[in-house]
Amino acid sequence: MVRTYTLLAWTWLRAGAQYPLSMALLTIGTFVVSALDLIAIWIIFEHTGTLGGFTLPEVMFLYGTAMVSFSLADLLFGNVDKLSAHVRAGTFDSMLIRPVSPFVQMAVDRFAVQRLGKLVQAVVVLVIALPQLDVPSSRVWMVPVMVFCGTVIFTAVFTLGGALQFLLTDAPEVANAFTYGGSALTQYPLSVYGTDLVRGVTFVLPLAFVNWQPGLFVLGHEDPFGLPYWLRFAAPLAALLLGAISALAWRAGLRRYRSTGS
Amino acid sequence: MYGFRRHSTYRAAAIAGAFTNTVFGILRAYILIALWEARPGLAGYDVADAITFCFLSQAFIGPMQVFGGGLGLAERVRTGDAAVDLVRPASLQFWSMADDLGRALYLFLMRSIPPTLIGAALFGIVVPAGPLTWLLFAASVVAGVLVSFGVRYLVALSACWILDDRGIQSLSLVLCLFFSGMVVPLNIMPGWLGTVANALPWAAMVQVPADVYLGKTDVAHALGFQLGWAAVLIALGALATRAARRKVVIQGG
Repeated sequence: MVRTYTLLAWTWLRAGAQYPLSMALLTIGTFVVSALDLIAIWIIFEHTGTLGGFTLPEVMFLYGTAMVSFSLADLLFGNVDKLSAHVRAGTFDSMLIRPVSPFVQMAVDRFAVQRLGKLVQAVVVLVIALPQLDVPSSRVWMVPVMVFCGTVIFTAVFTLGGALQFLLTDAPEVANAFTYGGSALTQYPLSVYGTDLVRGVTFVLPLAFVNWQPGLFVLGHEDPFGLPYWLRFAAPLAALLLGAISALAWRAGLRRYRSTGS
Repeated sequence: MYGFRRHSTYRAAAIAGAFTNTVFGILRAYILIALWEARPGLAGYDVADAITFCFLSQAFIGPMQVFGGGLGLAERVRTGDAAVDLVRPASLQFWSMADDLGRALYLFLMRSIPPTLIGAALFGIVVPAGPLTWLLFAASVVAGVLVSFGVRYLVALSACWILDDRGIQSLSLVLCLFFSGMVVPLNIMPGWLGTVANALPWAAMVQVPADVYLGKTDVAHALGFQLGWAAVLIALGALATRAARRKVVIQGG
């Protein structure tokens, strides 16, 4: 599966490279669009020293880890949220008759290198933020763990969004509320949001484990919501659970799929 | 009217869009609340004003087409269908504008009102004092749509010269998101950045109509600003249409 994915991704990359100028411009464009979110954070911190009890480097750390996870998931699998377009155009049928998993085909379809712009931007932010924080080496090991788990969680959310489109073929935008909404949510410390919302993203759709709970551990911060300490280490569990659920949902969606017949 | 009906066939998409706008409205509202609780009275807004601004900005995404596109014209230029549009007896620009106003009206009903009502129910928003403010707000929204159309028409028509319009579309998206007040309200932008942002046409799409609604601005000046930019952009659009017509003839269709 990995081999097929790499092969197909390489094919799409070469296709994109036929228009090098366009490819470069689009990559820069993605870099700038995603930098806007960061500029928003800077403007907010022009007016206040702390937001929800967190300083600028801390917020940049949370932003950076969340966005590295999100952009990795988006780069590798984000395309599954284009499912409804393929169902409507009938091109999904042709994916089903090929001897490659339709999930891999969907994920890699039009593999777009410009999404790297977002990843690069997030990595830059993280590299700027981390040295300012003086994280002791006894806690810094959590950073790669949380980025990995976060990537799995976002991939699962993308997959759930794709699976949802088997049902809601006409309304793919609903999935955006969870995928891009999830990315917007995790850019800020969850302490700015209401208690109910935070409970929801901790225990229902576990976006809190992308960067918030493990981030509290890295930053050595009190949990403003007073949730148990062990939750800070629960990110792998959350990633595993959500990953399993999304895989089941995708399979269920695939099984009940009926072609549009066109 | 035709534009209204054409877009009303995609009801599910509009409902989904309204749902997404609502979710983002709620997330952004919390961030603005946190900021305004740390800095009460920042930029002349109180917390309620900031929440209202947040939901209004989400409400404008549909009608003002903040994320760009919506015209279908760029696609028609790429496929060559625009050549047919240019020989039609109606002006390409006014035909597109009428279509776009219909689209904006439909999206206003479907994608602007529900998120605002939900925002009002969850957080409570400011309601304008009198019918006069409502009327001026309506005028300001229409003027905003005209400015938005003016910008998007120019962007779409640029495809006649630079064949791949995706680069300029994404540039236009960045400018629009940032300078309309979508990312953060323009009035909290520091120093010269705020001054520049408030003078550019994108301000007419989100910041100005929201300020008219909140009664935070001199209405005559605000509407003058919007209509001025609308006139300039539409005049530029007319010039570009004429130039495009000549260009298409040279290419032989």
